[in-house]
Order: sequence, then C-alpha cells, then structure tokens
Amino acid sequence: MGLIKEGKLVNDPFKNVSDCETVPAKGPVIVSIDQWMVRRDDLLKRSDLIGIWLKSDEHPETIAGDLAYLSLVALEFPSFRDGRAYSYARLLRDKYVFSGEIRAVGDVLLDQLHFMARSGFDAFEVESEDPLDAYNIAAADYSVWYQQTGDGRLSAAELRGKGIRR
Amino acid sequence: MYRYDEFDHKLVQERVQQFRHQVKRRLSGELTEDQFKPLRLMNGLYLQLHAYMLRVNVPYGAMTSRQMRKFAHVARTYDRGFGHFTTRQNIQYNWVKLEETPNLLAELAEVEVTGIQSSGNCVRNITSDHYAGRIKDELADPRVYCELLRQYTVLHPEFSFLPRKFKIAVTGSPKDRAAVALHDIGLRMHLNDSGKLGFEVLVGGGQGRTPVIAKTIREWLSPEHLMAYVEAILRVYNLNGRRDNIHKARIKIIVNQLGIDRYRELVDQEFDRIKGDVKGIPEAEIQRIKAYFAPPEYEELPDFTDKLSTLRLADKAFDLWMSSNVAEHKIRGYAIVNLTLKAPDRVPGDITATAMDAVADLADEYSLGEMRVNHRQNLVFVDVKQMDLHNLWQKLGPLELATPNLGQLTDMITCPGLDYCNLANARSIPVAQDINKHFVDVDRLIAIGDFTVNISGCMNACGHHHVGNVGILGVDKHGTEFFQLTLGGSSDEGASLGDRLGRALPQEEVPAAIEAIVDTYMDIREDDERFLDTYRRIGMVPFKEAVYGSADTKVVV
Ligand code: SF4
Repeated sequence: MGLIKEGKLVNDPFKNVSDCETVPAKGPVIVSIDQWMVRRDDLLKRSDLIGIWLKSDEHPETIAGDLAYLSLVALEFPSFRDGRAYSYARLLRDKYVFSGEIRAVGDVLLDQLHFMARSGFDAFEVESEDPLDAYNIAAADYSVWYQQTGDGRLSAAELRGKGIRR
Repeated sequence: MYRYDEFDHKLVQERVQQFRHQVKRRLSGELTEDQFKPLRLMNGLYLQLHAYMLRVNVPYGAMTSRQMRKFAHVARTYDRGFGHFTTRQNIQYNWVKLEETPNLLAELAEVEVTGIQSSGNCVRNITSDHYAGRIKDELADPRVYCELLRQYTVLHPEFSFLPRKFKIAVTGSPKDRAAVALHDIGLRMHLNDSGKLGFEVLVGGGQGRTPVIAKTIREWLSPEHLMAYVEAILRVYNLNGRRDNIHKARIKIIVNQLGIDRYRELVDQEFDRIKGDVKGIPEAEIQRIKAYFAPPEYEELPDFTDKLSTLRLADKAFDLWMSSNVAEHKIRGYAIVNLTLKAPDRVPGDITATAMDAVADLADEYSLGEMRVNHRQNLVFVDVKQMDLHNLWQKLGPLELATPNLGQLTDMITCPGLDYCNLANARSIPVAQDINKHFVDVDRLIAIGDFTVNISGCMNACGHHHVGNVGILGVDKHGTEFFQLTLGGSSDEGASLGDRLGRALPQEEVPAAIEAIVDTYMDIREDDERFLDTYRRIGMVPFKEAVYGSADTKVVV
C-alpha cells in the first residue's frame, strides 16, 4: 500500500482515526462524517489539518458548508464497480469549489486512474507491491480525452479549436 | 461519414494498448477474472457458453465499404468465417480467443471501429435512424448529434461505472425508426412553437424484464444544451440509481420510483447549474463534425420511375422486391435499398465473410461506398441510383440479400438464444426457422403486410419481444423450452408493449399459433388496416380464442 500524490510516492501525514479511537492530541487526522458531526468543535480547536472520509452513499453535500475547514476529502470506492465517487469528486471541484486534496481510497483499481484523475481526484491510495511503478504504468495509458471535466487538461475538441495537432 | 483525425486515432490506439496490457496481466494471473471482467466488458468482450464473444460498435449504424471489408477479414481471421449483426447496430463475433483480441481490436482501430463500451455499465453505442441524412421527412441529420454524443460519452471519466448499462438513441424524423422510446435516453428532433429545431428528451425507456416506455422529461431542448442536459441526466442517475440489485439498477426503475416530475426537478437543478459553462463543445467543433455529414455530391438524374415500372411489369420478383425493400430517397433519381439478412433458412442477422466482402464491393459500385445497419438486423444501401436498381437486385439475389420481406412477418428479430447465450432459457433461432417454413407463400406475406415478429431467448429481451407486433419469449418450464406469446407491441412512434396472449406453448405449436393469429387478423381487419391497428381496435379476445380455443379465453392473464 502506498499513497501517490502529484506522481510521487509520499508519506501520509494524515492519520485515519476510526470511530472507536480517540483523536490524538496532535497531527493531521481523517475522521468519518459521523465523528465530524459529533466532535466538530473539538476538532476545530486543534490547530492541525482535518480530513473527512466519505463512504459511497455519503453525499458531499452534507459537508458542503464545512469545506472551508477541511484540507482533505477521502472518497471511498467500496468496490471498483461503484462509480458514485466520480460524481462526488466532480461536485466537490466544480460545484463546491473545493481545492484541497481529494483522495481515492478503498478498492482503487489503477486501470481507472485516468477516470479518477479527470474527475478531480489528486491522491490515490494504491494497493500494490510497487505502488509507484503501478501508478506510472497506468498514468501512461492515455494522452487524449474527449471530455472537458474541469481538471485543467484540454479536451480533444479544445485542442482542435486551438489548431494543435498531435 | 465522420472520419477520425489524429486525436481520435491516438485515443483508440491507446485504448488498444491498455487492453493489450490488461489481457497480459489476466493471462499471467496478475488480474483475477473478477477484476478483469469489467475491463474486458468495457472493450466489448463477453464470455459466452462456448467461447469469448466480441461486440463491435457500428456508430449510429453507419459504415463504409472499407469497414465492411475489415469486418469480413476479422470474421475469417479471428472467428469462424461469419459475424452477426445485432439490434443495437453492433456486429458480434462469437468465437474469438482472448489472447487474440488485442490484435483484433488493433486491426479494427485501423478502420476507425472499436468495441469500446459495447458492454459494461456505461453509455453504449449511440444508435440512430438507418435512413439518417437520406430521407425526406427528416428535420436534420441526427448523425451529427450522435457523433457529438459518441465523443462526449467515450471513456467518460465520470460515467464509466454507472449503476447499469445506458443506451441513447436519436431520431431526426417524426417517423421513429430508431425506437427512441425504448432507450434510457431517447432524443427526438422537432420544431418548437417559434419554429426552432430542438429535441424532445425522453428518459427511462427500456426492455428487459421490466419493459417501460420512456417518459418525456423535457418537451424541447435547444441543441446547444444537449451535452449539458445529458450530463445532468447521467449525474442524477449515477448518484441515485440503485446499486443493490442488478435487476433494479436501470434508470427506468429510479425514474419510476422518484416519479418523472421529481426526476425532472433534480435534472433541471443540475442542468441550470452547469449549462452556463457549456460542456466542452466549441461551436467550431460542431461545424467541423457537421461538415463530415454534408450530403455527397449527387448527380443530376432524371426520375427513373417510369422505366422501373416497365421492368417491374416484366418481372414479378423484381416488382415484389421493389415494393418491399426499396424506400424513397430525398434526392431525385436515387433510392434507398434494404438488404435483408432474413433469407428463410438462415440465422437472422448472420452474414458470412464472403457475403460481407461482396456487400462491400456492391456498396462501392452502387452506393457511394456507404451503408448502414438497422435495429431490425438488416443492412441498407443509402445512395443507389434508381437506374441501377435492377442490376443491383440481380446481384443481391445470389447472395441471399434480396429476400423481399422487409417489415413482413418473416423479417424477424431474433436474439442468439440458447445456441450461443449462457443466459438463455430457450433456442430462439430454431423457432424463427420453423416460422419461416410455415410462411413461404410470398403473396400471402404481402397480403399480411406490416407485421413484426420479435423473438428473445429469455426475459432479458435482446430480441425485443416486448415491442414485436407478435413477441415470442423463451421460458423454461421444468427443464423444457416453452414460448410465451405477446400481441400488440411496437417500437415506432406511439410505441407500445405487447400484452400476454395466454399460457406458454411448446416450440412445435408456435408456428400454428402464429398461423391462427394471422388468419384471425385477415378475417377481421378493415381495408388495409395493419395488424397492429386491428389489434388496438379489437383487442385480445379473438386472437386468444383462435390460439387456445374458446374454453381457454376465460383464463385471466
Ligand atoms: S434475450 Fe436472453 S437468450 Fe437472448 S441473447 Fe439476450 S440474454 Fe441471451
């Protein structure tokens, strides 16, 4: 398992705090939405970064008003077949204008890396003996996209419009 | 016809390369079958009863002779010398080998054809009217919007793992030849009150075990908002569609659960939010795509109808073919010719590699190198000179492509059924062949007129039985194959689902039952009323009596 961000294998500064654990005094944490609701004030008193973990049936709308306090939203793929997180990521970026980290967690199948990246994910928890190698192979799969999805990369139609040829 | 540019080519090549790598990982055991399954499905590769089956998209049903030749080559090289055209403007190969599919797909990519999203829980091949661009009653060529939608949906980052498969059909003509009301999204062009062209948007139609006629979600949508509106529909579906039960995961279920008004509300909210930043299709791009579908340079030809009349008088077989298989073209001196893949003794939709090559040659000679496949599993030459019709007909005959039965009882839609499909309850192909043997009298078939018979081997309804004038559904009764008949279905404008006739019949009784239905119809029809209209006027009772005898008609179904 490894965390990939901006194409690099990085140490995860965040600690996942499960609902039955106590929040450590220091250091960035990721908590569930339930914990956020319950311990919101305590968490805000700490001076460290906060992330929230959303399950695939938890719509980011519920935390839309709190996004200013959050540095990270982890979106869970319970199975690679469950595609809701792609829409959540897009809503977080386009509708709620969230600029923090959106992390793909759970059943993160690298064959879907491009879909995730283009939907707005920018960090990936990769299950592999050599996460960086696996990531690099997947990242090289595509260089052309038809859709404009707000991840900043130009679609084929836009490139055509600019007269850029491949 | 749309042609790939460097971007399209690059994307498809990258896709093949990615799949090659995935196949390698599967063969080496690095990927489990469970992980590999969605990846192969998104490239059109199914595991069937006896072998892998590859489904290849013919985008909105339009193809060139070059593509047809490649289909023939693939049939010969990677399959057993034939292919099968389906009801979704796809061609299927039933005997491919996993390790050979990357090469196969690379060969198809050379001619701008792919298996991308021909299966899986994503947006499938966009389908359309097979007469698009060539028919008088059309408001605008739907293929322009189909191609825009194709590009918009191919490898869509957000909508490649929807709750379930998703089908979109477009018609530019008030006469619906694309069955748009039976799709997850149906788009029907029409003019609004101020005479501006736009789309009526239908949502939540579909067949399968819960057949539903689509409902209108928007009366009129301006074309420049098409992508934004489709995106809104897809996003609402992706977030709200059921994922707990595969049989309840299609958009039709959630539309019914929420109600069309609530669904519309959700879509409109999303649409209003996103329509401002028009989803990625610059006007220049629309114009670029439109240019590909500009009409070919037609010759100034005289109307040839009179001379054809003489030929028709002289040859009854030619006359029959003219009246059943040839349609009017919007340009004087030209005609549209349907090539029926429905000769009596063959499998509907099947075509050999040799015939494919011959069709490609004929398309070059007689149809400006272009052809179509339609949702009734037939091929179409869209630009034939009237003066060539007789010659063409003579050449189609020996290829068994001139059976004059378009739209008639023997022009059946048939799914592959138990002969190939691992979900089937029953064999659909032999039933079609039995019916064919009973209806050999050409004059009688003509007298019967428009009459669709659609056969599915199980309730998944790939053979569109719900919308056949007569639908035939294979069911399993204690290990024996039985067939359930329905009457009154139609997929055209004013679409309707068939009603159950009565108890299911054993295979050998099916042809006689159809005979009885036809005889009853011929007795009670008024003037040249179509079967569908007679049924709608009179209802089930006389047909039920004819098939089961009067004692059975009291049984409530
Ligand atoms: S209708 Fe059933 S038997 Fe026929 S092809 Fe579809 S799944 Fe197979």
